[in-house]
Amino acid sequence: MVSELQIWQWLEEVSDPEIPVLTVVDLGVVRSVKTNGDQVKIVITPTYSGCPAMQVIEEDIKQVLKFKGIDQVEVELVLSPAWTTDWISEKGRIKLKEYGIAPPADEVDKSVLFADPPVIECPLCHSTDTRMISQFGSTACKAHYQCNSCLEPFDYFKCLK
Amino acid sequence: MNKNLFEYLLRLGDDSLIIGHRLSEWCGHGPILEEDIAMTNMALDFIGQATTIFEYAAKVENTGRDADALAFLRYEREYRNVLLVEQPNEDFAVTMVRQFLFDAFRKPLYEALQNSSDTQIAAIAEKSLKETKYHLKHSSEWVIRLGDGTEESHEKAQYAVDTLWRYTDELFFENEVDAALQAENVIPSLIPIREEWQKTVTDVLTEATLSIPQNGWKQQGGRTGLHSEHLGYILAELQYMQRAYPGMKW
Repeated sequence: MVSELQIWQWLEEVSDPEIPVLTVVDLGVVRSVKTNGDQVKIVITPTYSGCPAMQVIEEDIKQVLKFKGIDQVEVELVLSPAWTTDWISEKGRIKLKEYGIAPPADEVDKSVLFADPPVIECPLCHSTDTRMISQFGSTACKAHYQCNSCLEPFDYFKCLK
Repeated sequence: MNKNLFEYLLRLGDDSLIIGHRLSEWCGHGPILEEDIAMTNMALDFIGQATTIFEYAAKVENTGRDADALAFLRYEREYRNVLLVEQPNEDFAVTMVRQFLFDAFRKPLYEALQNSSDTQIAAIAEKSLKETKYHLKHSSEWVIRLGDGTEESHEKAQYAVDTLWRYTDELFFENEVDAALQAENVIPSLIPIREEWQKTVTDVLTEATLSIPQNGWKQQGGRTGLHSEHLGYILAELQYMQRAYPGMKW
């Protein structure tokens, strides 16, 4: 019999297919782990409704656990409570930044039209003189920014609450 | 099977699927790269929402049809989306005005559905609302920019409002399906949702210096399966692979 703590540690080996520097635990998509004898049940939640990574994450979890000798794994996808960027771990935020993606900042209410976009620090040169190019980026969870100091474009993991 | 619930889920799911498909048609054709990416991002959100809704609908129906069968293997008259979402993209102004009119409806709808007595609908609404807020902000800002922009952009935006206005009444279509589900607190009444829609639309169009059409002829039909000629063309493309190669998988 395997402990839940052990499963959590093994899940640290499953990375997000689109942002491989983050594990599924860092990202906060693993909501619970329950064991019952040899059976393991893992509950995950999607970041965005259409996130194409979820199926891959489910298969990767099963594969990693199978490699550890656990065959009876059930992965359940739940929608509520809905994922928020607040669930990204502190470790995950640091890893994102080192990888070149600005971690989510607290943002103003989305209902304010033409609101100033949040001030985001460039993950490369750390300047705060940056500008938003587009609210939408390379994946559903990111916005597109450019640094006015070093001129490099970068991704910003946008705040979702 | 709860027939009313299944019918309602098809309305929600088909609205998302068809507007998602329309947005996806912009892929590679956006007026600027950022908008190309934005519209395909939103298409992904809508198709993701449709997937979740159809998965639940398939469970409610319980006849062995899965979410893919509901999306790809129904006939035109079995689709329950409003006529608004199947209207052609035409130009960027038409696409953004259509999006705005729809997002302004979806936001208060999802807000209310979060309190549904059906926990799965409440969960879908809670999840989708976060995405919808982004969409509404984006489409509202564009409608204002286009309306209050150049003479040409104003003209195109006004044409879009005038052309699409006749399809807005149907967003608030209700029949015995709604009455039954409302009695069980599964879905809200559309009356307060219509008031909020009206307020958002009036505020944004006024800010955009666009005139709001006076009440004229209103077209309905989508909710009961009677579609405009455009849906058939959408389905021809959407369903092609499943019709040509039945049961195919990626």
